[in-house]
Amino acid sequence: MSIAKDAKGLAQGMAQSLMAKAVALAPDNWVPGGVPDPLIGRQHGHLGRAVSRIDGPLKVSGTARFAADFPMSDMVYAAIVFSTIAKGRIVRLDTVRALAADGVVEVMTYRNAPRLAPPPAFMSDPKAAGGDSLPVMQDDQVHWNGQPVAVVLAQTQEQANHAASLVDVTYESAPAVTAFEDARANARPAMFMGQPLHDEKGKAKAALDASAVRIDATYRTPRHNHNAIELHAVTVTWQDDVLRIHDASQLVSHTAWSLGQMFGIPEDKVIVTSPYVGGGFGGKCMWQHHVLAAAAAQLCGRPVRLVLSREGVYRLVGGRSLTEQQVSLGADADGRLKALIQRGLTAKTPSNVMPEPFILAARSSYAAETIELDVHTVELDLLANTFMRAPGESVGTFALESAMDELAEALNIDPIELRIRNEPEVDPLNGLPFSSRRIVDAWRAGAQAFGWERRSVVPASRREGEWLIGMGCAKGTYPYYRMPGGAARLTLTPKGASVGIAAHEMGMGTATAQVQVTAERLGLPIEAVDFEYGASTLPGPVLAGGSQQTAAIGAAVIAAHRLLIKELLGIIGNDSPLAGLKPDHVACRDSGLCKRDDPERHETYASILARAGQNSIEVVGEGPPPLELMHWSMHSHAAMFCEARVNAITGEPRVSRFLGSFDCGRILNPKTATSQFRGGIIMGLGLALMEESQIDERNGRVMNPSLSAYHVPVHMDVPEIDVIWTDIPDPHTPMGARGIGEIGITGTAAAVANAIYNATGKRVRDLPITLDKLL
Amino acid sequence: MSIVVNGMPAEVPGDPRVSLLDFLREQLHLHGTKKGCDQGACGACTVLADGERILSCLALAVQYDGRSITTIEGVGSATDLHPLQQAFIDHDGFQCGYCTPGQICSAIGMADEIRRGVPSHVTDDLDAADMPFSHEELRERMSGNLCRCGAHNGIIDAIATTLAPLPERATEAAE
Repeated sequence: MSIAKDAKGLAQGMAQSLMAKAVALAPDNWVPGGVPDPLIGRQHGHLGRAVSRIDGPLKVSGTARFAADFPMSDMVYAAIVFSTIAKGRIVRLDTVRALAADGVVEVMTYRNAPRLAPPPAFMSDPKAAGGDSLPVMQDDQVHWNGQPVAVVLAQTQEQANHAASLVDVTYESAPAVTAFEDARANARPAMFMGQPLHDEKGKAKAALDASAVRIDATYRTPRHNHNAIELHAVTVTWQDDVLRIHDASQLVSHTAWSLGQMFGIPEDKVIVTSPYVGGGFGGKCMWQHHVLAAAAAQLCGRPVRLVLSREGVYRLVGGRSLTEQQVSLGADADGRLKALIQRGLTAKTPSNVMPEPFILAARSSYAAETIELDVHTVELDLLANTFMRAPGESVGTFALESAMDELAEALNIDPIELRIRNEPEVDPLNGLPFSSRRIVDAWRAGAQAFGWERRSVVPASRREGEWLIGMGCAKGTYPYYRMPGGAARLTLTPKGASVGIAAHEMGMGTATAQVQVTAERLGLPIEAVDFEYGASTLPGPVLAGGSQQTAAIGAAVIAAHRLLIKELLGIIGNDSPLAGLKPDHVACRDSGLCKRDDPERHETYASILARAGQNSIEVVGEGPPPLELMHWSMHSHAAMFCEARVNAITGEPRVSRFLGSFDCGRILNPKTATSQFRGGIIMGLGLALMEESQIDERNGRVMNPSLSAYHVPVHMDVPEIDVIWTDIPDPHTPMGARGIGEIGITGTAAAVANAIYNATGKRVRDLPITLDKLL
Repeated sequence: MSIVVNGMPAEVPGDPRVSLLDFLREQLHLHGTKKGCDQGACGACTVLADGERILSCLALAVQYDGRSITTIEGVGSATDLHPLQQAFIDHDGFQCGYCTPGQICSAIGMADEIRRGVPSHVTDDLDAADMPFSHEELRERMSGNLCRCGAHNGIIDAIATTLAPLPERATEAAE
């Protein structure tokens, strides 16, 4: 990152922290969430009901249309040629044979590609979507091993794939830094979202040295790939001057704006739609395939389908970076933390702004007297890394919660009791009150449901045949987020209502839950509510990231709902039973409005509209700036429990039981929420036991770019996973809910590692925990 | 000769490189069958060939001349669901829905393998007259179908409650 950008980021950071201080001191009712959302009090309506997914029939019958499922007439298929060096330049690029091959329409290289501005890198602007800021096929420079150097367009995919193999490229290599060890000496402090990844409270080192009991260990986590089963795909066409993209995206509006910037056209001339996304997990943002397909479609004047091969996903779409974390804990004999230090190193590239922020969980986890947290980063000449499910917390909790387990053993205190003893009263670093923090309830309920009392305190003391059996626990945590700018359109007709918002459905059940919420808010049956989403033409933007969609949509719909009530009262006339009432005096029930403290004074929406001679009312509301994040410390928590079995002869580790006990505010739909929690936990099992993107450190090339060499949990790896929750609403969030998409992966790897330690007496601090580490 | 797809004959493609998967998707526009890796590692492209589950990405269309293929579109439609499709909805056996057609086709083929007495890696008694539909057997036999959203429990529950013989369904429900 340039010094100018650093300075800009720092200035933004300082402005933010000044503002944060002011907001922290403001009265509650000045802040969003200060007055609780009325839906929090509704107990017997649509919220909390296990409604089946409204898009279920489409998905199980194969009729839900994904990005590669849109045929277009005259469409050509693309295949990409990837660089084979990490850094340097192209000295010869021979496309003659490829161009002459059957069915080939065009070969795009840096020589004939349309001239484009570089991509706006994610977080460099509110609507920036790019995985990095490198120019896309604009010059002869190579920045990573696997960078696209040519795109072949042909009548069929088979022809394109074959012709891509005929493109002949010669490179001149330049020195590249591709090994983590080689870069270690050049580590720099990491900046994340304009703020340094560094926190201090008191003199942690001195407090550690003075502590009665100390733990000090280094934990390592490797690179990971999201591996959504849907390959990244786009079907692209230019219609007149409008760029139309059928995408697989978790940020349609950001992508439209960013492509507009690159092609020099207004964002409303780019239409990105993405009604179904075959898994995202942070990986379905804007990468080079979007740009290449749009550029290629412009170059050849025909629609283009570009589906990355599975190898192509690994070459082109970043994953989670590796971390090396040192955790030092100091406690008195009663287990009260005197010092909590978590510091270490991660790797990024010179062209992105995403250091894996593994200290985030430690900021609010424990009431340590002193705290020191720090992330340093090195820069490597590799494909840019990016967000992957619970960036920071997923791998940070592995280190922190493993260390807590080690401390519990050193103190001879039950690991759950140790954590409860260190529960903070207020946020340990910024002193803010918690909006709602019921992790102790989650610990107690989880321990009882799991049968924690049956755990043997002495490691390696339970064996059945060849199998050593152990139990472990760990705490997961993920913050409540709400990003600024989210807006929603609310349309009311005599038949019902429709919400339109540029949000996303990647499997979370967004549409289903939001239909429930809107039906409850408007007093309508579920069948009378439509949810329109996944298009950049809708109000927004709402990023499907940071587990914030539910809150962002919720706040936008609350704002729109307020406008709608105002509009309705404006046209209500003198003959209505509600005549003369102000917005604060009315509520919604039974497909209409009523007087809040006299529900019998009621009129249906249909009747109000009919009297006014209107067919519909449409309003667009924008959620307020998310100041609640600066006024309260807002976090979800999970108590994770694992039973692991390790084969005493082969070292094979298996997870035989798992339970997650969650404190995530109100659960809007228990059915879809269960799947979100389980899904996170299962990805956590992969993180713990098998997942690793391997890089050849000599040349920076991903060595296992395939689902047969990168292992994710399969059915046989997944036991029955129990999930329970407190269901205690957060009084300061829309609907009382906090996001649930990412927390499941946090704490899980530590719970597995701690269970394996309890089973075997072997402490593995280096993920994944493969059998060779247990022999 | 032709390939019969969901009961309809279709002309075999001229290009012998065309996989059965690309043939279904790009030429017949049956987009329900999904491409997740194109190398036989994920199972998203599973279809039934004369009732047996196969990976259509590893099959060349020309090899299936004269054979009968059933895709998810042939299993049941959104308005006329197969009981297993309904069970996937009831048990929330999917999230994003991308691996789902492959999981469903695979499960139908797998259940038939159990009925035919084909053993798996976890089968204890290879000579048993009736292979069990236990959760362990189902998990082992479905392991070729990856799901990244983590809907595994719902998938297995949906299969167990729909495809297992009735007495075993009762046992599983009691567990």
